[in-house]
Amino acid sequence: MSNIEGKAIRVDLQIIANMIAPDTRLLDVGCGSGILLDYLVRYKNVDGRGIELSTQGVNACVSNGLSVIQGDANIDLVDYPDYAFDYVVLSQTLQAMDNPRVVLEQLLRIGRRAIISFPNFAHWRVRYQVAINGCMPVSATLPYQWYETPNIHFCTIKDFAVLCKEMGIMVERSVSLDSNGSAVRQVNFAPFLSNLFGEQAVFLLKG
Amino acid sequence: MAEIHDKKTFDKEANTHGFQVSLAHDEPVRLDCGVDLRDINVAYQTYGRLNAEKSNAVLICHALTGDHFVTDTHPVTGKPGWWSKLVGPGKTIDTNRFYVICSNILGGCMGTTGPKDINLETGRPWGLDFPGVTIADMVSVQARLIDHLGIDQLFATLGGSMGGMQVLEWAAKFSERVFAAVPIATAARHSSQNIAFHEVGRQAIVADPDWCGGNYISQDKRPHRGLAVARMAAHITYLSQPALHRKFGRKLQERDAISYGFDADFQVESYLRHQGITFVDRFDANSYLYTTRAMDYFDLSSDYNGVLANAFKGTKTRFCVFSFTSDWLFPTEGNREIVHALNAVAANVSFVEIESDKGHDAFLLDEPEFFRVLSGFIDGAAELRGLPRR
Repeated sequence: MSNIEGKAIRVDLQIIANMIAPDTRLLDVGCGSGILLDYLVRYKNVDGRGIELSTQGVNACVSNGLSVIQGDANIDLVDYPDYAFDYVVLSQTLQAMDNPRVVLEQLLRIGRRAIISFPNFAHWRVRYQVAINGCMPVSATLPYQWYETPNIHFCTIKDFAVLCKEMGIMVERSVSLDSNGSAVRQVNFAPFLSNLFGEQAVFLLKG
Repeated sequence: MAEIHDKKTFDKEANTHGFQVSLAHDEPVRLDCGVDLRDINVAYQTYGRLNAEKSNAVLICHALTGDHFVTDTHPVTGKPGWWSKLVGPGKTIDTNRFYVICSNILGGCMGTTGPKDINLETGRPWGLDFPGVTIADMVSVQARLIDHLGIDQLFATLGGSMGGMQVLEWAAKFSERVFAAVPIATAARHSSQNIAFHEVGRQAIVADPDWCGGNYISQDKRPHRGLAVARMAAHITYLSQPALHRKFGRKLQERDAISYGFDADFQVESYLRHQGITFVDRFDANSYLYTTRAMDYFDLSSDYNGVLANAFKGTKTRFCVFSFTSDWLFPTEGNREIVHALNAVAANVSFVEIESDKGHDAFLLDEPEFFRVLSGFIDGAAELRGLPRR
């Protein structure tokens, strides 16, 4: 994807960035070393904050001038007041949460909108590994063995859409990305293909 | 800027450039205990130059037994300033860039009015007649000094331990005057365990017959033994089990075998005795009583209906909170409480726990990761404040 606004970032991060209006307030939950946050602060002028579990990630962020706290999304989200942010981003982290449904509720309490990206467990290669090989899937995007994975709550794009419906959450946009981000589909226009060929998905939600 | 012509201090005895100014002559400072204190001497030190916009001032708040000699040679001990690793030309708090101010706290004994000074009303040393002081009182006096220096808003205020308490008080009471706040290894309230340690120290002082009910100066005595024991006990709390083990283990002091006596057989004993003995040369026992009490009384939430978050409501200050993994005096949990309160008002806050086995003292020592992260925070804040790049 060409990038006219600034430096290049990963495709899924770029898709998230494109969903965010400039000059807004944002919390990035599980912000890692702050790549998305840094991009948004610099090129979209957002008032951005982050929470990150790993000390390494936090130190990288703060030493780069970003406002990030060392904390655990499973515990620390309850502190924030209602609608403190325009957006709360949870990128590739939902599947590692103790209780994804509670986290989702928290995100939409804290933020007017939430942007969630997650790996799709119904991707054809995952299906193939389970169905044909009979093994838990291990791939570049899901690199862990079953006994050491921090990812304890995998879901499919379809599962996630169903949960949103159950919780009465409005899905404003939802896109799936094929391997290496080459093709991007609107999930609502092609739900079956998205769920089969999408390696990951990005949902823009409104509470 | 208007030139400030405050009295220089110590320049005869030692080659330093401390200043002293008398404040609160016309308008006394109303202390938390209800006393109005006038004509308060404030000893302070500055490094670097205030820029034309007066936007580069950094206030450093010192800890319990610290003073305003942050980064120059101490006039009594002859040792480098207590934060000379962090503050100075080209350092993390770069005095080529920032105008760094540090003042001795109210109730202190290095030039700011405290219990060892003469009470102008009686002509005798204050002793225990000195009014009880709080962290908020210390900050009120610092604010008068900042007024006196003609500065509306500090670019940053930093401090560790009791200095961190002052930083929190500044951010709560004068939030519009603090662009960035860095509380380090501190807490929004003093813990029961810490009050207990302080009480041990105070009891050691008052049990010394040379304390003379607090009037030792008039009787030309000094409770050196009591103050040294207080320091020894406190010093243990500043370290950690691994740090003590690494430094001393069970090594014996200048002997091959244990003595079956009560001399300092172990190196760690000798070290602590040395810490105690050298401390009494530079610190006043009554100051120690007053200042430890100020820390004990500190509970920022008590001024805000018991809800710490209310202390920071609407704050625009950028915060960066630091803790150290092996600090058991001001552990990470207490620092995290500050972060939770700041999150509850959606304040702009960073929080970093630095890996170190050096205990509470880590904030005073050479901790490269701490310096690196703090440096990033300061640079980011400076950019937002419109200060020139490094």
